[in-house]
Amino acid sequence: MKIAIPVDENTEAVCVSFGRAPYFLIHDTETKTSKIETNPAAAAEGGAGLTAAQFVVDTGADALITVRCGQNAADVFKAAGTKIYKALSTYADENLKAMAEGKLDELTSFHAGFHGRS
Amino acid sequence: MTVAVLSGKGGTGKTFVSVNLAAASKDAAYLDCDVEEPNGRLFLKPEQVLSSPVTVPLPAFDGEKCTGCRKCVEFCHFNALVFVKNKPMVFPEVCHSCGGCALICPEHAVTETPRQVGIVEEGLSGGIRVVTGILNPGEVSAIPVIKAVLQKGMHAEGLTVVDCPPGSGCSVMESVSRADYCLLVAEPTAFGFHNFKMVHKLVRLLHKSCGVVINKASGEYLPLEQFCAETDMPILLRIPYSAELAAHTAAGKIAVRQDTSAAVTFRELLTGLEKEAGR
Repeated sequence: MKIAIPVDENTEAVCVSFGRAPYFLIHDTETKTSKIETNPAAAAEGGAGLTAAQFVVDTGADALITVRCGQNAADVFKAAGTKIYKALSTYADENLKAMAEGKLDELTSFHAGFHGRS
Repeated sequence: MTVAVLSGKGGTGKTFVSVNLAAASKDAAYLDCDVEEPNGRLFLKPEQVLSSPVTVPLPAFDGEKCTGCRKCVEFCHFNALVFVKNKPMVFPEVCHSCGGCALICPEHAVTETPRQVGIVEEGLSGGIRVVTGILNPGEVSAIPVIKAVLQKGMHAEGLTVVDCPPGSGCSVMESVSRADYCLLVAEPTAFGFHNFKMVHKLVRLLHKSCGVVINKASGEYLPLEQFCAETDMPILLRIPYSAELAAHTAAGKIAVRQDTSAAVTFRELLTGLEKEAGR
């Protein structure tokens, strides 16, 4: 199973933004390896959440661990069958551990998108 | 003559000036391009209102013809398309209806279907033709509705007053696009002046002639007066703050139809505008 997590510049801490995170950490639970991919939507003018969601879906991820997620991106994940989990801790590895132990809950509330507002 | 009435800051008095200007003219059309909150109709109370829908094209994808080349997804500048489970998916609120995906598709798998984003209402208020654009709540772009208002409302003869949205963004640019003259309504405050300079920059960039109405003017506000003098912008009217005018407005009444001095003032503004626009 492949798990994607938006991460900050240091590539270890979970980024609070999904669409505009600088990187995604992609973890493979079978090979127990992780790799860091640049988020192509980080500096998008608009539709960043959708482009980031497209990128995550294209990596073949089965699950996403994130702090929050916009409604449009959530719709993409729903269509793709990618499950979204709510991040519990600051660091990506702690969240992967919690996920393996079945401690993460699915994210069920999505925001309308910030679209120029902060 | 088409006059666009605009101001950077909201609540400065665009609708007050627009409605009274139209009412002071014998032969006028009033176009409400502030489609997110069109308020002119509250004063003009148009009758015999006809409503027509405003639609934008939205792409639909033929699953049989689509080969999954993703050319449309890559082309979309607005990132409105996502490729999931072997087919493109469109996000209507993000789509700008540019038609690019239909043009770029090598398989001709994209067709466009109309999606309603608002309405235009046309009615009469005395001798004034009232055209109001109303954007559906939640829509990202006001432009299609503003375009429809301008297309339906432009008055070949006589006066056309375009009541613009606040700010200095795309919707304002669209609203003033057909104007012969821009009337900038300014409030004599630091905040009002700051936003006024932004709209002034915009109308200059668009090479529009413009003049100023200072509303709620209790005494002189020097920075604004100096700026107008330095940029060679005529101050066509100063409307002093008046509890009476505010009361008419709060009651949904049109000042020039209530008050002789207001009628005289706005007729003078109209004469001033004709002179300025003819320069």
